[in-house]
Amino acid sequence: MSGIETAGWDVIVAGGGNAALCAAIEAAETGARVLVLEGAPKDYRGGNSRHTRNFRCMHRGPLSVLTDSYGEDEYFDDLIRVTKGETDETLARLAIRQSEDCLPWMERHGVRFQPSLSGTLSLSRTNAFFLGGGKALVNAYYNTLEDLGVTVRYEAQVTHVHIENGQFEALDVTLDGESLRISGRALVLASGGFQSDIDWLARAWGSSARNFLIRGTRYNRGVVLADMLDQGAESVGDPTQCHAVAIDGRAPKYDGGIVTRLDCVPFSIVVNRDGDRFYDEGEDVWPKRYAIWGRLVAAQPDQVAYSIIDSRSVELFMPSVFPPEKADTIAGLADKLGLPADKLAETVEAFNAACGEGAFSPQELDGLATEGLEPPKTNWARPIAEPPFYGYSLRPGVTFTYLGLKVDETARVSGPDGRYANIWAAGEMMAGSILGQGYLAGFGMTIGTVFGRIAGQEAAAHVV
Amino acid sequence: MSFDAATQSPQTDTISEARRQVEICNACRYCEGFCDAFPAMFAERVFGEGDIVQIANLCHNCRGCYYSCQYTEPHEFALNLPQALADVRVDSWDRYGWPGGLGALFQRRGVALSAALVAGIALLFLAQAMLTPANGEGFYAVLSHTVMVAIFLPAFLFPMVVLALGLRAYWRDVGGAPVRWTHLRRAALRAGQLKNLDGGQGQGCNFEKGDRYSQARRHAHQATFWGFLLCFASTSSATLMHYLLGLEAPYGLFSLPKLLGVPGGLLLTLGAFGLAGLKLKADPQLGARNAWGGEMAFVLLLGLTGLTGLILYAVSGSGAVPAMLALHLGAVLTLFLTTPYSKMAHGFYRFAALVRDAQQRQA
Repeated sequence: MSGIETAGWDVIVAGGGNAALCAAIEAAETGARVLVLEGAPKDYRGGNSRHTRNFRCMHRGPLSVLTDSYGEDEYFDDLIRVTKGETDETLARLAIRQSEDCLPWMERHGVRFQPSLSGTLSLSRTNAFFLGGGKALVNAYYNTLEDLGVTVRYEAQVTHVHIENGQFEALDVTLDGESLRISGRALVLASGGFQSDIDWLARAWGSSARNFLIRGTRYNRGVVLADMLDQGAESVGDPTQCHAVAIDGRAPKYDGGIVTRLDCVPFSIVVNRDGDRFYDEGEDVWPKRYAIWGRLVAAQPDQVAYSIIDSRSVELFMPSVFPPEKADTIAGLADKLGLPADKLAETVEAFNAACGEGAFSPQELDGLATEGLEPPKTNWARPIAEPPFYGYSLRPGVTFTYLGLKVDETARVSGPDGRYANIWAAGEMMAGSILGQGYLAGFGMTIGTVFGRIAGQEAAAHVV
Repeated sequence: MSFDAATQSPQTDTISEARRQVEICNACRYCEGFCDAFPAMFAERVFGEGDIVQIANLCHNCRGCYYSCQYTEPHEFALNLPQALADVRVDSWDRYGWPGGLGALFQRRGVALSAALVAGIALLFLAQAMLTPANGEGFYAVLSHTVMVAIFLPAFLFPMVVLALGLRAYWRDVGGAPVRWTHLRRAALRAGQLKNLDGGQGQGCNFEKGDRYSQARRHAHQATFWGFLLCFASTSSATLMHYLLGLEAPYGLFSLPKLLGVPGGLLLTLGAFGLAGLKLKADPQLGARNAWGGEMAFVLLLGLTGLTGLILYAVSGSGAVPAMLALHLGAVLTLFLTTPYSKMAHGFYRFAALVRDAQQRQA
């Protein structure tokens, strides 16, 4: 084991997801001696990248599976809309511009794309889908690293970064039950956010965060991020915030991934534990609203809510991974969901009475709104009247945290005394530099790929 | 254990496990581009038994979805779609092959197929010993044409009848419609090119190299498949020459039976032993449970059929002919007779599944 400590690594990459792998590939292709330290076991390698499904990519004409064109300004406008302006424009435009060159680079390194999946046609122009999903991408990159002769160690948890006078010297690493000190000439940090450390999440958000589900890997515990922040590394992003969406309440605590998504809300009424509605379910189409529902559910008692539909709506959305609860009466459904039956019946009756006449049109904002109901439902307000009735529980599912390391255009990290001489960061760990709030589908992979590549190139240039 | 669980047939178990997995896939859809099984799956919301059997028979076990899957063990969803669908397939072929139980025997037990081979060879030796022809040329001096026909005509027709009945039952279960030329054409093109083993983009499948794509299995299968067809065409051409033209064996190197049979035998031999070699390197956990032995015995039998045929040609005119003839014809006899019950059945049901898939795409 001592060999790894004294091997004389040019570039050490802490992390094993998309950004880490892109950095390691770029560095190794310059001939640098690269070590990748992935904290997860091999079965769970790849961080949240293993759950991703696409890459948002600028392109001036049809590119690979992407149709038409998607220009820098349109891309940037889409980003500003979701972040409400909380975006570093320089870094964001850098990521957007370089994404176009990244897609062919990804293909050259084994990533395969497929046309937009059934049910996601709205993304065929903007997002290139991975054949087999993010785990296939992760596999392709690990195979590339193997071909390049890069050393990869799994279950290698970095616990401390030794920094002397603004210069990275060595890492403390727990590997196979041993504590090692591994030195290297340059360091790329790409080990994600802290959303899987529930205690940290609870300190930041409040104790209700203990009821949140984590959509991605259980290995993003923010150990390296915390160590860097303790040493005065410059941070960015609201430390109390995470991106959360409403997902199936029966999802596993970790790693539920894409299948736990529920698209039924716009065609339903959503009640809390007490059987009360609390927000306009029909405010907008679901892709534009699913993110706020994480927060809305988090604010309800016990951080749980229930989406209720009738038989007419059950096939209007993508199938769910778990079958819904089903009953012939509202009271029966309330029993199955553990809700107060009288109260739920009352809420449904009040809703049904407030529904007006008009055409119901699930694919567009149909303006079919309730009258005199508080809160209103402003679209798709069709009575819940045709048995059987169906219900899903909803819980907040955390995607990622915003707190990260602040980087410049070269992905370099700064400490208390200015830029570190030889530390770069990429991926979720620095995504807060670009995404202040909100999220744009496929943009996490863009940030990871662009800044992973930059970090790898810069780190290699430093040591060569 | 509840009474219900105790009375569930193994087949219901494999179907419900496949259904559980398919429902998770239908909420994910990341693997849509790998093969025909996924678009077929994503067109449904509720999966009846026939739907599951159809999807299972469309699956060519390329394993791309397994290595890409974020929900394989140790994840609690424990997806292993290649295995779940293979289990359903093996059960379905057993159920469709009359009499029931023979499929389970020959698909799962390599030793059963080996025993059948020994019996087949013994039968041929016996026939040579007891029915020695008075005259004849080449191998007809060892075994007369009449005796060969008496053995092989029923050995060919019986499996065809069993398969026809099985395919009819399959067609009923999957809700098949009247077959049109366009359905057959699409199915034949996809089967002939093994499109469902090309990973969706021509990169190949995941077999002997784990999560790396490889063309080896597709190429070995192509050699086996086309080699077998060439051998079959060789025998058929010889039959026609015998009956229609009065041209009897032995045939020269530049005759149709030899021009088809020699390359066919080479392809079949190389392909089948290639498949056996790849199978040794691949993960047995991604195939049907308890069927590895039967599958291995089957590819070896195919290889042996090709190899003994080539050797028989090579030794013609020598004293080794009687022994090699018994070995070769014994292998052929075993291969034919077990066709509805061995892995050989997969070709017929897969083709039916491809035809059905062509119908569903048009609908």
